[in-house]
Amino acid sequence: MALLQIAEPGESSAPHQHRLAVGIDLGTTNSLVATVRSGLAVVLSDELGRPLLPSVVRYMPDGQTEVGYDAQTRQALDPRNTIVSVKRFMGRGLADISNREGMPYRFDDAPGMLRLHTVAGLKSPVEVSAEILRNLRLRAEASLGGALLGAVITVPAYFDDAQRQATKDAARLAGLPVLRLLNEPTAAAIAYGLDNAAEGVYAVYDLGGGTFDISILRLSRGIFEVLATGGDSALGGDDFDHRIFCWILETAGLKPLSVEDARVLLTRAREAKEYLTFHGVAPISARLDSGEIVDLTLSTEIFSEITQTLVAKTMQPVKKALRDAGLSVADVKGVVMVGGATRMPQVQRAVGDFFRQDPLNNLDPDKVVAIGAAKQANLLAGNGAAGDDWLLLDVIPLSLGIETMGGLVEKIIPRNATIPTARAQEFTTFRDGQTALAVHVVQGERELVGDCRSLARFELRGIPPMVAGAARVRVTFQVDADGLLAVTAREKTSGVEASIVVKPSYGLSDDEIAEMLKDSLQHVRDDALQRALREAQIDAERLLEAVRAALVGDGELLSADERARIDADIGKLQAATRGDNRRQIVLAMDDLEADTKDFAARRMDKSIRRAFAGRRISELDSDTTIAHTGEAT
Amino acid sequence: MDFNADHFTLFDLPIAFRLDSAQLDRRYLEMQSRVHPDRFASAGEAERRLSLQWATRVNEAYQTLKRPLLRAMYLLQLAAHDVAIDNNAVMPAEFLVEQMEWREAVGEARAAGEHHELERLHHRLQRDLRDRYEAVAVLLDDRRDLEGAADHVRRLMFLEKLLTEIDDAMAACEE
Repeated sequence: MALLQIAEPGESSAPHQHRLAVGIDLGTTNSLVATVRSGLAVVLSDELGRPLLPSVVRYMPDGQTEVGYDAQTRQALDPRNTIVSVKRFMGRGLADISNREGMPYRFDDAPGMLRLHTVAGLKSPVEVSAEILRNLRLRAEASLGGALLGAVITVPAYFDDAQRQATKDAARLAGLPVLRLLNEPTAAAIAYGLDNAAEGVYAVYDLGGGTFDISILRLSRGIFEVLATGGDSALGGDDFDHRIFCWILETAGLKPLSVEDARVLLTRAREAKEYLTFHGVAPISARLDSGEIVDLTLSTEIFSEITQTLVAKTMQPVKKALRDAGLSVADVKGVVMVGGATRMPQVQRAVGDFFRQDPLNNLDPDKVVAIGAAKQANLLAGNGAAGDDWLLLDVIPLSLGIETMGGLVEKIIPRNATIPTARAQEFTTFRDGQTALAVHVVQGERELVGDCRSLARFELRGIPPMVAGAARVRVTFQVDADGLLAVTAREKTSGVEASIVVKPSYGLSDDEIAEMLKDSLQHVRDDALQRALREAQIDAERLLEAVRAALVGDGELLSADERARIDADIGKLQAATRGDNRRQIVLAMDDLEADTKDFAARRMDKSIRRAFAGRRISELDSDTTIAHTGEAT
Repeated sequence: MDFNADHFTLFDLPIAFRLDSAQLDRRYLEMQSRVHPDRFASAGEAERRLSLQWATRVNEAYQTLKRPLLRAMYLLQLAAHDVAIDNNAVMPAEFLVEQMEWREAVGEARAAGEHHELERLHHRLQRDLRDRYEAVAVLLDDRRDLEGAADHVRRLMFLEKLLTEIDDAMAACEE
């Protein structure tokens, strides 16, 4: 039986122009931008044809920056002002950073997130990441010939809320609308699954420059369902470099090094690691500023030995994720290898031994995440061809909880819950006449508050004085499809209802971001106002197109009056979009949004009714053998 | 479709403890492929908010119906029958003694690192759970004996927690 074709809500049934959307892999070591062109996902190269952008940013005294290869070649000369592996600092305080002694930077321990002293002033990791994203945005705009509708930016699956929020803030700072934050292993699974028409349970082992993720997914008929995820957001190829670096110091008997010498040796260590992927031994030689000469040979055997604990460290989260998914090694059909660090032979061997099968390496481990992100961006932008459609169900990597009496954590949302998800919890006062409640939100698996990451603290004030235990405060934790948390609190007694929305407090406030935007724009040639206007125009066009598509598909849901009002709003917004008054565009958009609110609800309702109507047909079609207990009515 | 409809109606399933889980899975995915925020990433603000609410609602309903204990508790809640775990937590003495014995056995096996013994306990407990859920199905679906079902549910809450503890102990042995 043929299935009825029904256009999805939000998806235009009328032909529309191709919207420019990209996928960005914001990596610890390298970053990439990719897009889908004529149905094919391609990585966009720079003007010299290089696909990778080293994630390196160098600050100069005049406030200008160098990003990528230029910055990388100068890092040994100017290590203090050349920031590498900034991803490790995203959403992190100073105390979270290991191996600090090997780093040439001067840190500042700001509340929530550390800062870096540079010749151009104090910089947040968010600002440094924004430089990388801005560079990729400009590359994409030049290559695609227009402003971007938006980007899918990948993050390690094991990134917590603070790290995700920091990434989103960086995109905002770079003038890049975020369509979605996508987990890196999930992006790889999309790229792999779509290319190989894979079905069944797959593991994605993703060892990047500074992060490690393991995800267990079930792929079936266009659905990517993440069953469990785990990892270590501070473990990656950098740590292997650091082990070699320590081995050099020890073997060559070197005295404490200058920051320049340390940087040189770290670079030699990385080169040796890469060399060992294809050779049995790697020569390491360097002439240091101190006059000493390093001349060593590192064999694969010694390299394996000194990094054994690191490789073993990745296997714990693998076991845990399998257990969380309720599966064993035998259930896993394939293991997809992602991230440059999986090129190391000892990693390949360990993964193969554990899963008792050869890992899958048929996609370029450096590009697969960006390719998957580009495909997802294309889908989210509404460019997907009919029938070329998939659904992604991802999870939250770490449990969310609140502090209770005695510094203990009460879990509110468990790890590996499918997102979006929400949970409400009721609280009450414990003293007579108490008018405020303090709520402390944390993330992590440990039982003690001190062992988890603190996400937000807030106080709910203005509770009417009552006897202890009489107040009813309902706190709702909502995790959206980006894996980001929003907390709403509501006090509902004797008609008093107060509601607040709390954005977790670790990150940057909106004011701070506005300030950084202003600062960064002073050094960037493109005009801030011009850019804001262009963004508003893109937003307006996006909205206009969505509403037009809705009117074509479901116009009959509106009364003549409602339709006339919406048509008038459309006319006004179109006129505003042609002008250069940003404020007018925003106001016209607000009007159209307000007047289409009920329409949106009716359309959603209709779509869900169709799910019922459509499902009877598809069920009868696909498996007639199953008894339909509920179908007889 | 009413956003506030019960979980069973949401998936067009009969309100009962016995459930065709393959059908639940299929309807969940169909529903989610209609309402998921990825379908509305380039839509207007109002539609994106609605989509978030619906997708959250669908996930919550699925998680509740998928797990037998939560499903039973939800059915009792729909029937306005209080499981009364907080204020009526007085369990029969012999059940509590049994619980202590279980916990001692798990604790000893964990301390001794006896993975095999833990697995044995795990299997025994799972068999026990299966029988009890079958009893809950009879009480809820066939006899409409809510108090009888609630009594089983209270015990099952202890037993499911015990099962998690055995899982944790096995995990600790493997590490």
